[in-house]
Amino acid sequence: MTDDRSGESDGPGGRQVRYDQARYVENGRYEPLLSEKDLTRVEIDGGREDGDESEETVNSPLPDDLTRDSLELPALSEPELARHYTRLSQMVYGIDSGPYPLGSCTMKYNPPFTEDVAALASAAVHPDRSERSIQGTLELLYRLQDYLARIGGMDAVTLQPPAGAAGEFVGVRIAAAYHDHRDDDRDEVIVPESAHGTNFATAALGGYDVVELPSDDGGRVDLEALEAALSERTAALMLTNPNTLGLFERDIVEIAQRVHDVGGLLYYDGANLNALLGRVRPGDMGFDVMHYNVHKTFATPHGGGGPGAGPVGVSEQLAPFLPSPRVRKVGGSSDTGSDSSGGGGDSGDDIGGGTRGREPTYELFEPERTIGKVHGYHGNWLVLVKAFAYVARLGDEGLADASAKAVLNANYLASQIEYDVPYEPFHHEFVASAGEQDAADVAKRMLDYGVHPPTTKWPEIVPEALMTEPTEIESKATLDRLAGAFNAVAREDDADLEAAPGRTTARRIDQTSAARTPRLSWQALERE
Amino acid sequence: MHGTHDAGSPYAPHTDDERTAMLEAIGAETVEDLFDVPAGVAFDGEYGIDSRSERETRRLVRSILGRNDGLTELLGRGHYGYYVPSLVDHLADRSEFLTSYTQYQPEISQGFLQALFEYQSLLVELTGLEVANCSMYDAATALGEAATLADRIRDASGTRVLVPDRLASGKRRTLENYVAGTDLVVETYPTDDGIVDLEGFERRVEGGGAGGDETDAVMVYAENPTVRGTIEENLSAIGSIADDADALFVLGSDPVALALLERPADVGADVVVGDASVLGLPTSFGMGLGLFATSETYLRQVPGRLVGASEDATDRRTFTLTLQTREQHIRRERATSNICTNQAWVALRTAIHVGALGPRGLVELASRSVTRAEELAERVDDLTGVTAPVHDRRHFREFVAHVDQPARAIASDLQKRGFAVHVVDDHEIQLCVAGVPDERLDSFVATLEEVVG
Repeated sequence: MTDDRSGESDGPGGRQVRYDQARYVENGRYEPLLSEKDLTRVEIDGGREDGDESEETVNSPLPDDLTRDSLELPALSEPELARHYTRLSQMVYGIDSGPYPLGSCTMKYNPPFTEDVAALASAAVHPDRSERSIQGTLELLYRLQDYLARIGGMDAVTLQPPAGAAGEFVGVRIAAAYHDHRDDDRDEVIVPESAHGTNFATAALGGYDVVELPSDDGGRVDLEALEAALSERTAALMLTNPNTLGLFERDIVEIAQRVHDVGGLLYYDGANLNALLGRVRPGDMGFDVMHYNVHKTFATPHGGGGPGAGPVGVSEQLAPFLPSPRVRKVGGSSDTGSDSSGGGGDSGDDIGGGTRGREPTYELFEPERTIGKVHGYHGNWLVLVKAFAYVARLGDEGLADASAKAVLNANYLASQIEYDVPYEPFHHEFVASAGEQDAADVAKRMLDYGVHPPTTKWPEIVPEALMTEPTEIESKATLDRLAGAFNAVAREDDADLEAAPGRTTARRIDQTSAARTPRLSWQALERE
Repeated sequence: MHGTHDAGSPYAPHTDDERTAMLEAIGAETVEDLFDVPAGVAFDGEYGIDSRSERETRRLVRSILGRNDGLTELLGRGHYGYYVPSLVDHLADRSEFLTSYTQYQPEISQGFLQALFEYQSLLVELTGLEVANCSMYDAATALGEAATLADRIRDASGTRVLVPDRLASGKRRTLENYVAGTDLVVETYPTDDGIVDLEGFERRVEGGGAGGDETDAVMVYAENPTVRGTIEENLSAIGSIADDADALFVLGSDPVALALLERPADVGADVVVGDASVLGLPTSFGMGLGLFATSETYLRQVPGRLVGASEDATDRRTFTLTLQTREQHIRRERATSNICTNQAWVALRTAIHVGALGPRGLVELASRSVTRAEELAERVDDLTGVTAPVHDRRHFREFVAHVDQPARAIASDLQKRGFAVHVVDDHEIQLCVAGVPDERLDSFVATLEEVVG
């Protein structure tokens, strides 16, 4: 098999970016595992605290029957470790490497200053501290609750859910508690067929039967099908708007009306909120409960899979059911302690260390009919600090501009690619069809052009789907290069696609082998 | 306001000319024309959130968090503040790690996949179980996921999940939510002087509680160390009682404790859960990393992501997410869990921290967690009005002390003097040594003497 790197051209498509990912090969093998660099076993010698230690043993203060016998782990020097992980990082592609238009994931730039504020020593407090001694932490949480309530058009917010799916779970549990409180026995949750997989899984985790809702020909909720699905068994309808095709559910007011008419709740999946900032609020559309994906909309880093955070906002009638604890403000001066267009807002200077005699205080409280907890403590605190900083940095103007540019970029990119985009008008993302090509192969080939490919083969309503979300952070020039990558691949034949990728660290990986013979640890590899 | 930008997002790079050219290419007059939003739902108000420069924003956050008191925390009970080496921050903050997402394209994500594979392997060594996933949110949600796993496999016919009567409330309450969609119910078994009361436990497992006619237990949960810092002495017995009843034995622990205490596989544990971020994250207001490891028997029932080895087209060894048919994006309502976004970056940090310690450093850290806690207990026990430890057991990292005066008043006095401690009962405080330097412990003992004196 030839390696694309041996070619003389600048790139697979001639005019395209030439990309070669780092690749270390030693004795026919890629970068070795830590365990292949070193494994050292130490014996644990119980019941002695000051006996002689040898290279192989560590003295333990506990009797042998309370301890393990030994521990075998890599023992590398700090420089060796630094190189190991630096090399590994070179074998990863992130947003800072190039465009990352992974549909429904909102891979926008993560401003590094947010890392600095999350790393402040004053942010590092234990969750069991007295409320009196962590007024700063509680104030930040309170302000973020307030920001998110404003952005979502919601009356109350919890910051506890540690990810979007955990937010969904809170929503489903709140729906259960709400109906239960009304002695109303309901056992179904309705989910559109094109919804995120988490919606189905979350409804099932909450003990509900999932009713799948087909789309109409235009790719939106089919009102007739909705009517047929709704009943007195309906606990909730989970929707995202714009939906996974990027289309705005124009009938949302009607949908909300019908769901409410049968006594159900309307849940907003916040995955696509980046399209609506400053323009539409879920609360105004009739949603009763929603989650925010702060790692999407509010630019906290995705960290190779997480952590994220999935705060949940609710309307007034659902506030008593929110998870415990929440933060509230007591006493202090009469202003809200948050931004406001009038005087007394937080311009950032008015709370700069002088006397704070009029300062409000903050406390934790248990909502009256709380569903309890979905995290051992308060959720992903460090992520929440970063999200707060991002919202405070952008403000109204920046947030509205983010959604404007996100929608502009998606529309521009779609106009520049040769693949068909069957459903319009889309907003922050679009779903192209790879047509006769295999979307998964298209994605593999796109890797060779120095870009991350879109989400593939989903939603299934579009054949060979390429779900593409460029976000607001890409310039016209970057989008042109990205379109160039799409178009170059569109013109290539199947053999080229099937042989891709050639320029990444690894060549095409055999998924079947991984699943047929699971090897999930270096210990399993040794047993082979 | 925004440095070089005079309006809009500082991270959207468009010039006016570019915007015009892009609109032209699209065939739209204005950006607003691209929004297909009915007038009835459009929001024409303002959030009322000011825009700020980066410098102003940093000052704002610093100023808000500056209201936190700077205390020396002798706090634990599930969240610990061990020192995290600089190396961890600097390597994990490399932007390729930080700004990538789930490895849907493994060919371009080998580095992160390998790091997660190594993380899973560390947990395999620490637990002795064959399979570890590459993260849950935290210890409490990992415990909840263990219960849903128990519900799916159902070796026993009953509906009861048994947990110790002393359990962190965050874990108990999270577990209650995870089982709410099943017919499982959470019940307690008794503890005796800080560890499992074996006789009481056995009665509860067999259904011989107050009612005497309860259904079988499908899962039992025990911790080592316990929430009160005691080291559990009867793990093997607990394991065999659970095994005899065909109940899933779930053990709660963490990587530091696992480095020294009995290996879960050796005491019959079927699942190990806990907070792996005791290494890797400093004190983070409870943010964690859910550890989840189990036996190969339950491989197809594991929640969350798994990284496995495979081969690429050159036949070289590579890594990829695998067995994804368990997961929500494929299996939807029949998935083993609803988790998608997880705590991968924290797992990376934990793996680097373990690497920095090495096997000797890790075992020594664990040993010091015993000696320093027990030494502190002896020192405070010498003070008039303090008895420690309350439990006549060996301790790990922390212990409960009896105080003659009201515990709340003592904690309050300590706080005024710069120390935070747990109040766990009217006359009980709990003290944890993890991450507290020796000289601060000396100072604490002197301060406590003043306070109780």
